[in-house]
Amino acid sequence: MRFPVRIAVRSTLTVLALASLAACASTPKPMGPAPTQQPPPPQQQQEAAPTAAPAPAPVTEQMPSGPIPGSVRDFVVNVGDRVYFDFDKYDVRNDARPLLDAQAAWLRQYPNVRVRIEGNCDELGTREYNFALGARRANSVKQYLASHGIPLARIDTVSFGKERLLDTSGGDPAQAHNRNAHTAITEGAR
Amino acid sequence: MRSMIQTLTHLFHRTAGFQPASLPRFKRRSVEKTPATPVAGWKPAVRWPTSIQLFLAPLFTLALLTTPAAAAIVINVDQGATQPLPIAVPAFNGPAVGGQIAQVVSADLERSGLFRPLDPATFKATPGDVNVQPSFDDWKSISAQALLTGQVVSDADGRLSANFRLWDTYAGEQLLGLQFSSTNENWRRVAHKIADAVYEKLTGASGYFDTRIVFVAESGARGRRVRRLAIMDQDGANPSYLTDGSYMVFTPRFSENSQEITYMALRPTGSNVYLLNIESTRQETVGHFPGMVFAPRFSPDGRKVAFSAEKDGNSDIWVMDLASHAMSRLTTDPSIDTSPSFSPDGGQIVFNSDRGGSPQIYVMNADGSGVHRVSFGSGRYTTPVWSPDGKLIAFTKQEGAGFHIGIMAPDGSGERILTSSTLDEGPTWAPNSRVIMFSRETSGAHLWTVDVSGRITQPAPYPLAASDAAWSPLLH
Repeated sequence: MRFPVRIAVRSTLTVLALASLAACASTPKPMGPAPTQQPPPPQQQQEAAPTAAPAPAPVTEQMPSGPIPGSVRDFVVNVGDRVYFDFDKYDVRNDARPLLDAQAAWLRQYPNVRVRIEGNCDELGTREYNFALGARRANSVKQYLASHGIPLARIDTVSFGKERLLDTSGGDPAQAHNRNAHTAITEGAR
Repeated sequence: MRSMIQTLTHLFHRTAGFQPASLPRFKRRSVEKTPATPVAGWKPAVRWPTSIQLFLAPLFTLALLTTPAAAAIVINVDQGATQPLPIAVPAFNGPAVGGQIAQVVSADLERSGLFRPLDPATFKATPGDVNVQPSFDDWKSISAQALLTGQVVSDADGRLSANFRLWDTYAGEQLLGLQFSSTNENWRRVAHKIADAVYEKLTGASGYFDTRIVFVAESGARGRRVRRLAIMDQDGANPSYLTDGSYMVFTPRFSENSQEITYMALRPTGSNVYLLNIESTRQETVGHFPGMVFAPRFSPDGRKVAFSAEKDGNSDIWVMDLASHAMSRLTTDPSIDTSPSFSPDGGQIVFNSDRGGSPQIYVMNADGSGVHRVSFGSGRYTTPVWSPDGKLIAFTKQEGAGFHIGIMAPDGSGERILTSSTLDEGPTWAPNSRVIMFSRETSGAHLWTVDVSGRITQPAPYPLAASDAAWSPLLH
């Protein structure tokens, strides 16, 4: 038999691998901001950590009212982990600067945090070109953060091209969402 | 004694409006090359007895002398979908596999769009001994212009041999008489080789049925799809997975011997380009790079892999010698340079760059010199792939809200758009440079084929979600 094709993989591996893939699927962000607007710059006091209760509370379990400072959740909710790009462009838009400034400030505050900038593209391009374009977007954010005091050694980049679409509904608003760079915290968060 | 079924070579030449093919009119590659390149598992094609060889020789001569204009039966590839050649492919005599072989041959020919296999229910006769001339009136009466008859012998050692003859029913002539031998379990490949021989004899172009497709099998929700490397026969048979889906895979491409695949793997931590031997399943990476590495493709001799590597946001094209692992950088422009594809002589590389402000197609020498742009139409051009015969470049063109698969000459002239949808991309050539497979994303990505005339567009024989197909060379 000339062409025995072997399945290179064990099913147990498959299960483990799929599980890990799911786990790696980055922090879900069900809905980003409107693409033409960046989220507002972080308001430092907006989600302050809960302070001591002024009066004794009844003995019920109470969740803190906001994310733990320095946590991934803190970064996502209070800073914002995604900036957007124009079609086939990779330069940081003016409206993305406040958010990236805030990312830089947060990262300076938590110097043990490492991040991975994930460049993403819309569906209006072919696969290989979009890997290159996504890499440019990731690098733009990386350079921006570096120019705001974050050591390059703390920043990795990757391009997901058009393979990690945020919004698969099609249409211009969806594609505008898909053109983004996502700042994923890879280690060092609380 | 003029054959009524004429070679279609001249029509192929005319189809795309490019320079005439220099292929000999009776290129019989797979059948004639087989004896010269013996490979384990394949017995060289055996000619029929001397009397038939003597008969064949003058037939070739006459056919070569016959001018295209004298053809009595015309299958114009431009009208391939409307005037396919009616052909009868009754079950081969012998064991049951003879019927299966006839079905596979029939399906191959039909899918090409150039043939119309007739419904066996309409047959008025059952061919007898393959060595006895059939009664042509029986086949003419159902308008079968060609008839394929065969005999299968399966011996106790698990060997299978198929003798077959191709007949021109109106001229009452034998056009072809050959025998292929292999093992019993290889019967499908025997059938594909027979289909290739028939296709070659009747079209003048080399066949493409004894080939395989490597592709990305997709499952799961859009945006979070699981992607596995998969391989199947050209007709969709024998599909199997090569990777488990634990990491994303893209853009697999065959080496010239069809045994090695290079592809891109993408994990959250970055990408790799792998070389995978599909027989041994041995896999190695081409190396580690500081940034993204993607868009790999073998050189025509299989000794090098060209790919894109990205550093600080800038993607350039590199080439690695697989024996020495020496790497050289071919582009240095601060633009996107990707999707390299070698010319079949290995002397040039067509690639995609946005150095002019938008993605366009460029050609350079294989050492990186002599870069020049070849696409000048409106729209955005990506994914260039050089055809195996060197005469065409297939590409994806994006214009407005539409995506198209198109072809052009390597100098950029004669652009022809073959397909149109909201998202077509990723063309790959059949080894005869007559058919292109591509991905179409509608509700899920699926594989499609289109012939170079653009007339015969149809889903590829793989019903599930898939993308990034690559067609193998003809198998040996």
